[in-house]
This record gives sequence, C-alpha cells and structure tokens, in this order.
Amino acid sequence: MMRRTMLFLPGNTPNMLINGDVLGADSIIFDLEDAVAPDEKDAARILVRNTLKYQKSSACETIIRINPLDFGEWKADLEEVIPYKPDLIMPAKTSSAQDIQIIADYMAQIEEQAKIQVGSTGILPLVETVLGVEKAFEIASAHKRVAGLFLGGEDLTADLHCKRTREGQEIFYARSRIVCAARACGLEAYDTPFTDVEDMQGLVKDSQFARSLGFSGKAVISPRHVETVNALFSPAPEEIEYAHEVVEAIQEGKRQGKGAVSLRGKMIDAPIVKRAEQILDMERQMFGGDFH
Amino acid sequence: MSKLVGTLREAVMAAGLKDHMTVSFHHHLRNGDYVLNMVLAEASEMGIRDLTVNASSLFDVHEPIIGHIKNHVVTGLEVNYMGQKVGRAISEGIMEKPVIFRSHGGRAGDMENGSAKVDIAFIAVPCADNMGNMSGKYGPSACGSLGYAFSDAMYADKVVVITDYLVPYPLQDCSIPEGYVDYVVCVDRIGDASRIVSGTTKITRDPVGLRIAWLASQVVKHSGYLKDGFSFQTGAGGASLAVAKYVEEMMEEEKITGSFCMGGITGYLVSMMEKGYFDTILDVQCFDLAAVASIRENKRHREISASRYASPVAKSSAVDSLDVVILGATQADTDFHVNVHTDSNGNIMGGSGGHSDTAQGAKLSIVAAPLIRARLPLITDRVLCKSTPGETIDVIVTQRGIAVNPRNQRLREALVRAGLPVRDIQELKKTAQDIAGVPKEVACKGRTVAKVLYRDGTLLDTIRAKS
Repeated sequence: MMRRTMLFLPGNTPNMLINGDVLGADSIIFDLEDAVAPDEKDAARILVRNTLKYQKSSACETIIRINPLDFGEWKADLEEVIPYKPDLIMPAKTSSAQDIQIIADYMAQIEEQAKIQVGSTGILPLVETVLGVEKAFEIASAHKRVAGLFLGGEDLTADLHCKRTREGQEIFYARSRIVCAARACGLEAYDTPFTDVEDMQGLVKDSQFARSLGFSGKAVISPRHVETVNALFSPAPEEIEYAHEVVEAIQEGKRQGKGAVSLRGKMIDAPIVKRAEQILDMERQMFGGDFH
Repeated sequence: MSKLVGTLREAVMAAGLKDHMTVSFHHHLRNGDYVLNMVLAEASEMGIRDLTVNASSLFDVHEPIIGHIKNHVVTGLEVNYMGQKVGRAISEGIMEKPVIFRSHGGRAGDMENGSAKVDIAFIAVPCADNMGNMSGKYGPSACGSLGYAFSDAMYADKVVVITDYLVPYPLQDCSIPEGYVDYVVCVDRIGDASRIVSGTTKITRDPVGLRIAWLASQVVKHSGYLKDGFSFQTGAGGASLAVAKYVEEMMEEEKITGSFCMGGITGYLVSMMEKGYFDTILDVQCFDLAAVASIRENKRHREISASRYASPVAKSSAVDSLDVVILGATQADTDFHVNVHTDSNGNIMGGSGGHSDTAQGAKLSIVAAPLIRARLPLITDRVLCKSTPGETIDVIVTQRGIAVNPRNQRLREALVRAGLPVRDIQELKKTAQDIAGVPKEVACKGRTVAKVLYRDGTLLDTIRAKS
C-alpha cells in the first residue's frame, strides 16, 4: 500500500470528513485525539463512524487515530469504528509492545462480537514518546497487525524537553531510529507532518530530507500540502523509466538463460531489481486510478 | 438649455410619473445602490400606486421595496436576479402578480423588441454633465461599466439621470450619450461603491472548492478550446476564480494568448489581461474596485452593453463568440437542467443573470458546484426551478466526478481518454444520496409567485409559493 501522504482530518468537521477521500492523499487519518476537544469526543466518534459507512468503496485508505491508553476514551473509539473495518488504527503515544498487544486484543474482541474477520484492521503505531522511540523495534515487531511505524514529532519534542524547529535537528535521531526499526521488521516508516501550513519551501526541504532518510511517506495536516508531498515521495519519471529497463533486462536475461545481467554498463543485482519492482508497483498505484 | 432639475422630486414629477407606470433601474452599484430606494420613497410620498419595477437585479439593500409592495406602491416586478431578503418575501406571496424573471440578455432583447416596455428609466450615474452624458468610471460612486443601463436609456420613454458627481459639459469619455436623456438631477449620494464587491472575489482556499476548480480546468484543457484566441467567462466567486487561476497556469505553460474574457469582471481577470493572457476584457459589469480602476485606465478593458453581451434579438452578441463559460448551480437534475433561482426549500434567492445566456451561447458550458451543499445533494431527479435548460449544459463538475451531457459524446470520450473521473449523472446522484440521504421532497403547491422566462421570451418554468 502506497502511503506517500496521510492527511489528518479532525474527527469533528463534517465537511472535511465527507470530502477527505477526494483531496488527493493516499490515506486519510480521521483524528479522534488531539484535534477533538474532550467534550466533543462522542460526537466525533459518531461522525467518523458514519463516514466509514459510505466510504467503503473509496480507493483512499482510512486510518483512525484513537486516544492513548492512559486516556479513558480509547476503548470507546475502537468500539465505534472497528465494526466498520477501517484499514488501520493509529494508537497515539504508543510506547511499548504491551501497548500494541492490549489494543490488538481489544480490537479482536470487538471484531468477534461484530462477527467480522479478526485482523480485518491493521495497526499503525504513532511513536511520539522518548520511550516509544527507544522501543521502536519492539513495537514494530509486537503484532502481525502492525503495518508500519509513524513518527510524531510534536509530542516527542515536548518529551525530549526541547523546541521543535523548522530544521528538525532535534528529531534527527528519532527519525533514523524509526526508519531502522521499521525496515528491520520489513515494514514502512512514515514521517511526522510539517506543521507550518504557509511555509511551502520548508515543507519541500523537510519532505526531501525525510525521504533521504528512508521514510516512505509523510503525514500532512493541510490539504494544501498533499500535492507537494505526493510529488516528493513519488518516483521521478527517470526512475520509472530505469525501473522498466531493469525489469525488461532481467526478463530478457532469463529468456537467454543468463545468470548475470547488466544494464547501462553496470551489473543488476537483487537490491536493484527489488527497488525497480517497488517503483513499478508505485507507478501502478499512482496511475492506475482515475483521480490525480 | 439645461436638463438639470433641482431635486429628485422635481425630476420624478417632470418625467410624469403616475399610477400604473413601469419604471426601470440598473444594478451596477449592487448592494451599495441607494437610487431605487430613493425613487420608490418619492413615489410613495407622492401617493403613486401600482407601479411595475423593472430592475436588472434586486439586492438585500433593496429590502424597503417589500414595504412598497405591501402598500401597493409597487404591484409588478421584473428582474434578472433577486437577493435573498426580497426573494423570501416574494416566495411568501406578498405580491399578487407573479414576478417576471429574465436573463441579462433577455431583458435587453425584450426592451429592444418592445416586449418589456419602460415608461421612465431612473439611471444611477456615478458621473454626468448637465445634459446627461454619463459614465460609470468617475466620481466617488464609480462602479465602472454601465452595461445594463444602455437598454434602459435607449428604450424608455423618459430617462432621468441621477448622479452625485456633476462635471462641466461636455463629459469626456461618456458611456451613454445625452441624446437619450430627458432630465438630470444631482443628489448627495447615489450609493456606496465599496459595496459593489460581489462575494469574496478572492481565490478560494477551501480544498474542496479547489478540487472542483482543478477538475473544471482539466475539462477546459481537454475540451480542445484552450488554444490561441481562447475566450472565457467565469464568475466572481472564490471557486470560479480558482478555475481562472488554473486556466492561467495552463495558458502560461502552453504559451497561449486568449482573445477576450468577460462576465462580471474582477481584479483577477484584470491581472490576467495585464499579464497578456487575454487581449481584451468585454465588461458588462464590474465586480470589484480593481475592475473599476482598470476600465477607467486601460483601453483594452472595454465596456459593453447587456445587448452586446447577450441579446438574443441582436444579430449577434458576445456570448455567441464565447468558447468556455464556468457557471454555478444551487441544484441540477439528471437531465442537466440547472436551478439558480431558488434554494433547497423552494424560496427565491437568485436568478439567471447571464447564466442561461452564456450556457446557450458558449461552445462549452461547465457547471462547477459541490456535490453536497448544506447537507443536500446537488443532483436531483427534477430541479425545483428550471433556470437553464439542460440541453445547453455540457458538463457538471463536482468534487466526486464529472458528468458529461450525453449530447456531447465527443467531449465525454476526450475526458475519459485524459483519465478524468467521468461519471454518469445517475451515479453522481446516487453517490450524493449515499452520503447525505434522500431529502424530503419540497412541496411548492401554492399560487404562482414568479415566471421564469428564457432568453428568447418563452416560459421556462414557474415558481410557486409553498402553500
């Protein structure tokens, strides 16, 4: 599943919820946590549940950010949405494998009660505590529902007792750690949003840097960031062209019974082939649908 | 000789206003107009009854007309557009005789062919001389184009110019010449020009509006009309201007120079002309003060009359040379008929303006609107009021897909080939209903409160009171 952009939408904004899937993001995150005031949590849950009902056929992936385990609302969040089979649950402030286990067990209970297949919904842990960063590998490998790791920079810097900056030096270690932990488990890693909606130059630099570290995509908090981030996490036309050449060369090599194949004067080894296949898979996802 | 009289009362009396007459007004000062209210107040004080008001448009500022209707000073109304306040009162049935709705072009045409007879035209004029040479470009109440007033001046039996900026004879650069004018009166203020601004006139930041605008621009791109000599009309609202922005970007990329743009003119279209994307602006109405400044200063920004804009009686009009128009809708139906007259409750809150004129004239007419508005689906089985016939609408663009009129198969194929999200109109209707539910049918079964005339004068639809 390609997740170049994951767009946060507050769970209490009906107009945004009903239109979230047409704004160009690969995934939408219906937020029941920070974006919703405590006295609006129940209404937001109902709105999000109803949105899930009719968005079943949408090509856009749905993720629900639920409240953290130490906050009383997380069970109610799951009870409301799990029967409608969102693609992923994003538990806020995930700090250990045990957190994942508790959530996964409760999701299974609800799925059984709702008579839907256990495991229908995956988990994308939001790692945004110092402890969570240190236990990133443990979290990523905690359960088969885990689909990747997502870094939350804002809460993390508060936990680190430092200031969140435009350059992001303060989260460099956490970013690298999250990518390594996720990749070590064969999973994808997703970067924290760039929160200045107006600073498009800053967004470009931040996204380029995240991609250079190995992130597969990035969350965004404004629909206006979607196009830019999509573009920066998409393979360039020349990368796509090269990927086609690689796959064709490999196929031709097989036809001719060659053990080693070279292209443009260089040997094509397994990692190159794997990367080419990933790029072609992204190409299919990017251009296979009819929305831009 | 001077046509100047001392007071508005003197002008009204000199023009011979009496019971049962038809008086006309233009709406270039839009929600800042003082003149219609001033004239009707004089008529009321003079004890005149049973007037028919032919106003190119009525806005909320004209709310006092409701009192004049209730007191039978006004018993007939002919308009091209009506704002919500007066519209609601009419929908409630305060007037016995149905309102006549025309289009901008239809009004000019009906004056030309004598179907819409005007006894006295009261023309609010931002700048005039004592013989009635007039312009909208100068003075403290400058509104730019006086496009709608040309027909009134040319075809009314008597013409009264009401200005707040009298200049020595002869006014240079006049729009409408003295030959049509009987009387001139100078008053303190004819209006508040700052309130001519229509809506936001800034590009929308709403992501859904931008999505719709982007899709609409893609329809333009793949229609085949976006090439050198391209002509274009869009509205003044935020989403319409977003279409203009995307079109501008495509013109820049493809190095395309258009011929003209027109319609309600805003600063954005002015900037497109100044940057060289269009040779000319044909301006029947200015929608903001940047447009007013431009029409005064830039010779390529041309004032045109409503007749030249869209009269179906004229041998040709500008809409006949228009390539693409972007239109709005409060409701559309599965036959592509569009409603811009009533809200979802059946209350009057708008009017055709140039909607049906441009839809018929333009080679490609695109309706761009959100699929769900205020929890109600845009697309229904039958519109509450047929403002523009479906056979003149080529495409309906929503954030969830583009419906192409089956009459235009070639366009449909081009859009499908371009990978755009083309949907059957029934499918779009169902999508909206899946999200918002099926709204309860609005029952408007009372007496007829308005008749909607098509631009050729034929009856398109009637609007009924609720009970």
